[in-house]
Amino acid sequence: MSKLEKAALGEPATVAPTDADDAFLSVRDLRIHFNTDDGLVKSVDGVSFDVQRGKTLGIVGESGSGKSVTSLGVMGLHRSANARVSGEVWLDGQELIGAEPDEVRRLRGRKMAMIFQDPLSAMHPYYSVGHQIIEAYRVHHKVSKKVARQRAVEMLDRVGIPEPDKRVDGYPHEFSGGMRQRAMIAMSLVNNPELLIADEPTTALDVTVQAQILDLIRDLQKEFGSAVIMITHDLGVVAEMADDLLVMYGGRCVERGPAEKVFSEPRHPYTWGLLGSMPRLDREETDRLVPIKGSPPSLINVPSGCAFNPRCPYADIPKDNVTRTVRPELTEVGSQHWAACHMTQEQRERIWTEEIAPKL
Amino acid sequence: MAGTDNPVPATGSRTAVAAYIIRRVFGALVLLLVVSAVTFAIFFLVPRLGGQTATQLATQYVGKDANPESVAAIKRNLGFDQPIYIQYWDYLKGLFVGADYKFGPDATHCAAPCFGYSFKSHVEVWPQLTERIPVSFSLAVGAAVIWLIFGVTTGVISALRKGKPVDRIAMFIALAGVSLPIFFTGQVINALFVYQWPIWDSTDYVPFTQNPADWAWHLLLPWISLAFLFSALYARLTRAGMLETMGEDYIRTARAKGLKETTVVTKHGLRAALTPIVTIFGMDFGTLIGTAVLTETVFSLQGIGAYSIQAIKDNDLPIVMGVTLVAAFFIVFCNLIVDLVYAAIDPRVRYS
Amino acid sequence: MSDEKAVTIPAQSGGAALTKDAAPGDTLLKVTGLQKHFPIRKGLLQRQVGAVRAVDGLDFEVRAGETLGVVGESGCGKSTMGRLITRLLEPTGGKVEFEGKDITHLGVGGMRPLRRDVQMIFQDPYSSLNPRHTIGTIVGAPFKLQGVAPEGGIKKEVQRLLSVVGLNPEHYNRYPHEFSGGQRQRIGIARALALNPKLVVADEPVSALDVSIQAQVVNLLDDLQEELGLTYVIIAHDLSVVRHVSDRIAVMYLGKIVELADRESLYSAPMHPYTKALMSAVPIPDPKRKNAKSERILLKGDVPSPISPPSGCRFHTRCWKATEICRTTEPQLLELKPGQRVACHHPENFEDQAPQDTVLLTVAKEAAELVADEVLAESAETSAAVAAQVEATEAAEASEATETAAESEPEDSAPEAAEESESTEPDTAETDTTAPKATDK
Repeated sequence: MSKLEKAALGEPATVAPTDADDAFLSVRDLRIHFNTDDGLVKSVDGVSFDVQRGKTLGIVGESGSGKSVTSLGVMGLHRSANARVSGEVWLDGQELIGAEPDEVRRLRGRKMAMIFQDPLSAMHPYYSVGHQIIEAYRVHHKVSKKVARQRAVEMLDRVGIPEPDKRVDGYPHEFSGGMRQRAMIAMSLVNNPELLIADEPTTALDVTVQAQILDLIRDLQKEFGSAVIMITHDLGVVAEMADDLLVMYGGRCVERGPAEKVFSEPRHPYTWGLLGSMPRLDREETDRLVPIKGSPPSLINVPSGCAFNPRCPYADIPKDNVTRTVRPELTEVGSQHWAACHMTQEQRERIWTEEIAPKL
Repeated sequence: MAGTDNPVPATGSRTAVAAYIIRRVFGALVLLLVVSAVTFAIFFLVPRLGGQTATQLATQYVGKDANPESVAAIKRNLGFDQPIYIQYWDYLKGLFVGADYKFGPDATHCAAPCFGYSFKSHVEVWPQLTERIPVSFSLAVGAAVIWLIFGVTTGVISALRKGKPVDRIAMFIALAGVSLPIFFTGQVINALFVYQWPIWDSTDYVPFTQNPADWAWHLLLPWISLAFLFSALYARLTRAGMLETMGEDYIRTARAKGLKETTVVTKHGLRAALTPIVTIFGMDFGTLIGTAVLTETVFSLQGIGAYSIQAIKDNDLPIVMGVTLVAAFFIVFCNLIVDLVYAAIDPRVRYS
Repeated sequence: MSDEKAVTIPAQSGGAALTKDAAPGDTLLKVTGLQKHFPIRKGLLQRQVGAVRAVDGLDFEVRAGETLGVVGESGCGKSTMGRLITRLLEPTGGKVEFEGKDITHLGVGGMRPLRRDVQMIFQDPYSSLNPRHTIGTIVGAPFKLQGVAPEGGIKKEVQRLLSVVGLNPEHYNRYPHEFSGGQRQRIGIARALALNPKLVVADEPVSALDVSIQAQVVNLLDDLQEELGLTYVIIAHDLSVVRHVSDRIAVMYLGKIVELADRESLYSAPMHPYTKALMSAVPIPDPKRKNAKSERILLKGDVPSPISPPSGCRFHTRCWKATEICRTTEPQLLELKPGQRVACHHPENFEDQAPQDTVLLTVAKEAAELVADEVLAESAETSAAVAAQVEATEAAEASEATETAAESEPEDSAPEAAEESESTEPDTAETDTTAPKATDK
């Protein structure tokens, strides 16, 4: 175990993939572990990535892959006495993990903001939508309520809520799902944040509303030039939104690269599995989907070696049982494209082109 | 399209609130009527069903030296010879327009609201009650202020420091507070501060209108002993509520906005956690006015709780009935207030 | 692979398909004019002031052995529909016939024998299983409720069912919390299959599951259908899942079916504008298409309230093709092409049903602003092409001129005449100009 840990600890130096100079957000070897009664939960276990201004990073993974905890870690919101956090989070040249909590608080909502999955539970049921937006604005701006209210109306209008001067006094439960998510976005963007983290922003919404919301986020990003992290389980959504992609499994990053590359030449069996599991409207109907066997791992008992090995159909290809004993590191498989798999480049290329791609 | 996705048009909300209030007030009135009917039935109908004759009933209303004439007078005056609904109707009428009671040559006019006349102690019920309600009310109000402040604060601190020593100690004291009966804590406080170290020379009731300072000072000990019990209960309630709300998504949103932790806790967390507490508080407070028997007894306060015990002992039915109605009134009234406050706190309640 | 386990179904059930009463292709379930209105009560006396018209007149049938997919956005009434045809709810109006028997208003007792034949699978595998019961009890419950004693005892049968759905039969005594979401959904499926039902209604069977698990359950449902000859009604909001599992698909909007067609026709050439918008909204997992945003049709606003649905065509408030007739007249669900029923005055990929009505409503003009010009042009082209072809056939059949000979608009063309019109290429440049709406923007 100690050898493994050492190997994992050595990761950041070797795996800083892009030069962090132009990155607005740089996360290095982020680890978030929770002490629970059942044991140590390694929700995030050594994740590194960068996001540039104006770019979108998509983080995909199944439930329990650590994708949401990662974003909460960046925001400094993983508040729990039992959480142990290590690694570095650089936001616009400022390190956040070691910073004073109050310092990070002042950045939250102003420099970095977040949109949550379920806008009904994420907005306070007792306060009007306008009140909540005004509050978000006035934390970071010393302005009168009247000015802030004007700003709230303006934002509601900007996100496409009809009659914003009336709806500003409405309560969240009076809004439809789509309108509520728009209001949530208005609240997040009221301070022109430079980093926007959207955690499953459209999962609770219908497809037609999802299309509206994604369109809105895209437009707003264009307008404000902010960096966006889009966390989702829906490969369709990331394909549409993301410039870069981070695939997470069992609290770790298994593949990372430009979205187009990850979709056209994925180099990790888990990514193949995700692509094979989903029925697609843009392809001929297939008779059968190709699911990944088994279930996602428990984060208390992450399988040793490659966390994916119990579900991987190719786990026996690398020699000496290495998939079950040694944790694979991210290695460069193409320009800016990284994957953590024990199979050789050639093996993976062959399997992808011969076995996987034709079936998709 | 703009209008159709708005489920509650702005103009409708005010009428909705008005309708809500009217519905609740109406409901409260109906409830009071039902309570009075049920109470009346219990005191006047049930004994009859149990086989007592009107004469026997009337005898109970006369003091020890009952002679046939006075019994007959009471029987007539109280309408025991009338059907039960007429009796109830007369009683209700008395509440609003007053009634006349005659025995022998004397006639007593009992002005509205007439809660009846006690033939045992030869007094009208209502003046007796009005004399005692302020005592009970003062006791309840002061105690409530103390227990709300202490209970809620302790609960919030406990919830935020869950598992830490502060939490454990607070919850231990709370457990003690819930477990210790009020006559015990009351007696101990009495023994310590009135007899052992006589900081209080008197705990007699002084009306607020007469001397507010004395009023508060004299009631402080009863307040504290009563509040001790309730603080403990409310600390536990608040703690549970806070633990739940602080895990809500909107708390995370509030933090994500960059709000200070104190704002997050008080404005976003506590407000939501207090909603169920408001409900329970309304009931507790309403109930307490008529039932703080133990505290009133321990500190010799002439409140309606103690009065009702005395009346029960004496089998003085008109007084028991009056006390019951007054107690019921406070409970119903406080619940009505709670409903209205609830609507003010939680906008979702207004339209349902 | 756990999903492969499902394929190795014990031989015992192999002949099940043959013993079914309804031969494949026969109508198993027939629904006519189905309605469900939930009353809204208000005021002091709680009198009824209106109704949520959750399901408001559905006509469809389910054939033995097929899978009917039902899609629509939240609030379209698809789940209510599921509960109506399984008779968990009593319809307000209309008729439900199962194997020719009217079950619309059967009471609990009357439904009992039918409960064996009609089963339901629910969305949330976490709340639909009683946490205090072992899965043996859960899966075996239908036998006890129906008083059926399977051969070899309940326990043996339950274990067989568990192995059928790909679970370890030895986990008979475990509790639901010991299973993952996907496994719980399998337990729900095993329970539904216990009494060898004919019709299984699945309400969002995979939407609460992770992507990789979704595929396992979808494949399992597939295998079971093949092995046991089951008939499915699968209700889902995910269009790609529905396409994968269904033979025919009904698209619902505000309590109505707007289009009902076989999978091929629906996905290759949707006729109802709503179907088209719905499909175009599905994000495609192919980053290369990221900039091909023009295909997307963004609908304006939200689904209107089912308490007071719009007049005429319920979609007219959001449709970019809506004209006066859409506001005033409700379109009937007509079989415009074999196997494709549509309720629309101005269908896509087909000849206009109300070509005389060319003036767009203002809302439609606003809605059209959100639709890319390419989409509008293409839609006009295909409609025009269909129209041209219809006209050509008509002209060939009867060479009499129509009253409006001056215009080349296909005003009187009968819809029945357009059966083979699937061409998507405009014949000539001339037909382009006949497109009624492309120029109206």
